[in-house]
Amino acid sequence: MQGNYFEPELECASREVLHYIQSKKLVKMVERCYKHVPTYKKRFDEMGLLPGDIRSIDDIRKLPFTYKTDLRDTYPFGMFAVPKEELVRVHASSGTTGKQTVVGYTKGDIDVWARCAARCITAAGGTKSDYIHISYGYGLFTGGMGIHYGAEKLGATAIPVSTGNTKRQIMIMQDFGSDILCCTPSYAMYIGETMRDMGVDPKSLKLRAGIFGAEPWTENMRKEIERLLSIKAYDIYGLSEIAGPGVASECVMQHGMHINEDMFYPEVIDPETGKPLPDGEYGELVFTCIGKEALPLLRYRTKDICCLNHTACECGRTFVRMEKPRGRTDDMLIIRGINVFPSQIESVLLSLGMAPNYQLVIDRVNNLDTLEVQVEINEDMFSDTVRDLEDMSRKISNALQSTLNVVAKVRLLEPKSIPRTDGKAKRVIDNRKV
Amino acid sequence: MQIQQLSIFVENKSGRLAEITEVLAAARIDIRAISVADTSDFGILRLIVNKPDEAVAALKKAGLTVSLTNVIAMGIDDVPGAFSKAMRILADIGIDVEYMYAFISRKSGKAYVILRVKDSKKAVNALSSNGIQILTAEEFYGM
Repeated sequence: MQGNYFEPELECASREVLHYIQSKKLVKMVERCYKHVPTYKKRFDEMGLLPGDIRSIDDIRKLPFTYKTDLRDTYPFGMFAVPKEELVRVHASSGTTGKQTVVGYTKGDIDVWARCAARCITAAGGTKSDYIHISYGYGLFTGGMGIHYGAEKLGATAIPVSTGNTKRQIMIMQDFGSDILCCTPSYAMYIGETMRDMGVDPKSLKLRAGIFGAEPWTENMRKEIERLLSIKAYDIYGLSEIAGPGVASECVMQHGMHINEDMFYPEVIDPETGKPLPDGEYGELVFTCIGKEALPLLRYRTKDICCLNHTACECGRTFVRMEKPRGRTDDMLIIRGINVFPSQIESVLLSLGMAPNYQLVIDRVNNLDTLEVQVEINEDMFSDTVRDLEDMSRKISNALQSTLNVVAKVRLLEPKSIPRTDGKAKRVIDNRKV
Repeated sequence: MQIQQLSIFVENKSGRLAEITEVLAAARIDIRAISVADTSDFGILRLIVNKPDEAVAALKKAGLTVSLTNVIAMGIDDVPGAFSKAMRILADIGIDVEYMYAFISRKSGKAYVILRVKDSKKAVNALSSNGIQILTAEEFYGM
């Protein structure tokens, strides 16, 4: 199938050519890590490993892992491999799961990242003549600027709307004729709901596609967004430690996200043993930033659980595909000794035909964990009788209990009452003091 | 024959009723009848207003969940036994009352009862054929 590519010579390169490119980049990267990053030198020395031991990408398994704690322990700039003269930008993670981590970029890194983001926009059907409506937050968060540079690299027109003021966003979509929307999936839902409340028909807009990422979402949520906004919704993956949005994204086939593996080499490993897993088996996704200068992380543990697929894609790209992450090794909650993933709550709500606008509040009362699932009500769910609403709460509660094996109290909330920052909804509030 | 009632989902938060009715005040909407059904977590505010469509638009704009429900309004004499007589008529034809609220008018000497039943048409026929006044929307909104 003929598709649109930004850099076809790389995106559609043969596996042999890719192997060559990856090997060459890895060898150079390892030398740089050993020379310029004390953490890596120390780790290599402890393992008795020399940079010369790494001769091709097949030797990657000999290398040590890098963890988020390595970035925290060397906060802010300790893992950087270039002098500050070569740095041109820093970003930082939101710090929602602990102390924030800082990432740095050289001019070359920004270019690599922009090319990857441009490939992603192109894979979703974007062209030079498109207006790219960017409603990711601009700032230390990588979302806004990552897509922005990608749009400009492609030659499209970036509309840097950033987050917030949703009515104005919709007005801009109408007036400027935005073609492609880029934001978090939860913000896309919010825009769609606001559009509906304003009485704006999504079919009257030029908007035809959306590229959504930076937080987990499900297939059902994709359908809901596609319905609310009358567009085709594409998944994009990225994390600041590796680059930002543009590490991987879907093509028009929408069967997994192609990883820009000439820049970011992926592995899936067993999180317990660290052993690599074959295609199709779920494990922790690990990236080696073979294309980066300022922050060349070796085998960075993303904590995202997913699997890889090296089979050829009909779109013509040869880049390996990753499945949408199923969860994270660290977002698992333990409630009364039972493992609970927020994504399970989302699936339950979607299976009941409800919008997944929810928040979990966990507490400990008389030494017992309690789970309250707060669900925003919408017009489709609302009824004028108390009985119907109580029936609905009970239905949600029963479905949750049978899926999670944990008793959950359901509380219905008014719409849009769960706070969204940078478009990301805060899903879990754990009030337990343990 | 049917009267449009606004139902609004209200979280149990202090000041919420004031905030919601301020939206109506700002839109110059006149409330004809009002009632709140409450549970421990949330409430449903039920309103009949003079301009239901405008009220719905204003409330939605304020981000509230609103739905319109058809209810019936009957006028009965404000004397002992009048209400029970009406309830007996409905009970005898097997109509259950989901909820109701009422107020009296000194001017007309009548009591007005808003009823939400599953089969409004059947209820209206039974009540009016037994001589009970059923108010039209215009009569009620313009009261």
